[in-house]
Amino acid sequence: MFVQPENWSKLSATEKREARFASWMSTEGRPFASPDAESEYKLRAQRIKDVIDLKKPDRVPITPFVGGYFAKFGGITPYDVMYDYEKYTVAWHKFNEEFKPDFLVFSGAFNPGKVFDILGYQVYRWPGGSLSKNVDFQCLEVEYMLADEYDDFIADPESFYMRTYMPRAFSALQGFGMLPTFFASMELPMAPALMIPAGLPPVQQSLKAFMEAGLAALEYAEASGKADGYLQATYGMPALPGGFTKAPFDYIGDTIRGTRGIMLDMFRQPAKVIAAVERLVPIATKLGVQTATMNNNPFVFIPLHKGADGFMSDADFRKFYWPTYKAVLEGLIAEGLVPWNLVEGGYNSRLAVIAEDHPPAGASYWNFDQTDMTAAKKYFGDWAAIAGNVPSSLLHTGTPEDVATYVKGLIDTAGKDGGYALATGAVLDHTTAENLHAMFTTGKEYGVY
Amino acid sequence: MSQELIDAITEMREEDVVAITNQLLDEGVAPTDILMACKQAMDVIGKRFEEGDAFIPELILAGEMMTSVTDILKPRMAEESTSDKLGKIVIGTVQGDIHDIAKDIVAFMLDLNGFDVTDLGVDVPPEKFVETVQDTGATIVGLSGFLTLAFDPMKDTVAAFKAAGLDDVKIMIGGGQIDENIRQYTGADAYGRDAMAAVDLAKSWV
Repeated sequence: MFVQPENWSKLSATEKREARFASWMSTEGRPFASPDAESEYKLRAQRIKDVIDLKKPDRVPITPFVGGYFAKFGGITPYDVMYDYEKYTVAWHKFNEEFKPDFLVFSGAFNPGKVFDILGYQVYRWPGGSLSKNVDFQCLEVEYMLADEYDDFIADPESFYMRTYMPRAFSALQGFGMLPTFFASMELPMAPALMIPAGLPPVQQSLKAFMEAGLAALEYAEASGKADGYLQATYGMPALPGGFTKAPFDYIGDTIRGTRGIMLDMFRQPAKVIAAVERLVPIATKLGVQTATMNNNPFVFIPLHKGADGFMSDADFRKFYWPTYKAVLEGLIAEGLVPWNLVEGGYNSRLAVIAEDHPPAGASYWNFDQTDMTAAKKYFGDWAAIAGNVPSSLLHTGTPEDVATYVKGLIDTAGKDGGYALATGAVLDHTTAENLHAMFTTGKEYGVY
Repeated sequence: MSQELIDAITEMREEDVVAITNQLLDEGVAPTDILMACKQAMDVIGKRFEEGDAFIPELILAGEMMTSVTDILKPRMAEESTSDKLGKIVIGTVQGDIHDIAKDIVAFMLDLNGFDVTDLGVDVPPEKFVETVQDTGATIVGLSGFLTLAFDPMKDTVAAFKAAGLDDVKIMIGGGQIDENIRQYTGADAYGRDAMAAVDLAKSWV
């Protein structure tokens, strides 16, 4: 937990960022197995801070977003990852001990199957749920909010989520739909009106499931904390990123209306889409601030989806996507946080759009996937840290020599004069160990400034 | 008047499309002529897509408009003869992958461009692709996969065709992480970046 100093509201965004970094980089109160591990921790944290500050670090930091590959390397299934924390821990340790990236970039593959089983999660399918044990989890795009429900959402997103979205997204939470407004508790004679529904069997069942899922989530958090804590203490690998949020358009487009739904809405009811994404700005910002603060980490993970090349025109990007996304970025930066954007797909035509109206300098990180990194450096290099772009197809099918050549090219262009971190373009699910070693070794040797 | 329909479609005026279609029918215009106008409009949208002037939202809305028009025309039209089709294609998302949005767009564009498309849906095992090709006599197969987990099932599916002796069947692959490296890895005949690329490939194979 990051504890804000008393004068927090008087600090500038830069001062706030420095305070958050200082707290994250401090080794005080963090257990280390050896003085070496402690100094490694400081060195690595400084390395990524230099990149964010657009300076030259001692060498290019290595920050791949590890998906399900560690499980394959460790010989366990995606099912094991989600259901057997001991097996997960062994595999996660084995991967990090073998490849030694600079950071523990959290694995998006590690999630608690038990929690989803208890809640009857509908939005995703996962290994051991309704997918085979060998397949990674996947999203099921359905309209969890209907086309005519925008007004309800906009009027009160939290209430809409609680009473309408949750029963649709979680079969065990049907009773949430019967919860009355909490304003009913205003006076003694009215308060019972609030409590009566809480006594009804569907509500009771849902609340029980909710509590049970909470305990299962704690077990998961404990397992995760222990697994990462050991690696941090032994090898001095700092964990990244800390918090999370999404671009408002992706909130609606991914798991509320779905791709198809939101894209038709862009034509049929554009004003509602815009009102909804605007309504989400403070909510998305607050989520990022809270989660990063809780984890005492200056970075906020933002996976970007529906604003990629091809998903809409630049004109629509400017109209529907960028203004509210930018507002979230600025809100986070104002709170001293560093948005850690995972820019999936290509962002080639967006680079110029963002650059001409970019958020404050030295305060954001952009992990590109299929974006031209020379162009990314050109448009972003003087105001933002860039990362990524080692292609998943190359890691899966290329030779170690191919990978080394590609990485050198990245370091020469994107890494010129600093401001760059070496990472995979997409989440790392499939590669060969030889290729991944080639990527890391090249980064560690050729990436020295 | 048909030009009005074409304009309404290419300008994404969804409500006008339905109104104009009904009006054309009232005026006695043949359903096949209306369909021809739709086809012309879709050619314009397809071209814009290829040139980077139209995007996925436009393709999705165009799909909706085409469905509306065909729903209106269907009761008035004789069953379409399959012999008019350019060729038969079997398409699906490979085993283990449940994504369908891009695959649906590709299937729609192929259908619209005159192909007889059998869509097997998502999470399709290799043997299902092979059986369907054997049953339908299709000469082209489209394999879709959004995630990197699709690489191996794609490779397995291509191998299944070879094992079944269907070496003449042309196989194209597509999806978010698919490129020339993956085409070589899977042994597919070609890969396409988007729906129009799929149409161009299919046309070059018949």
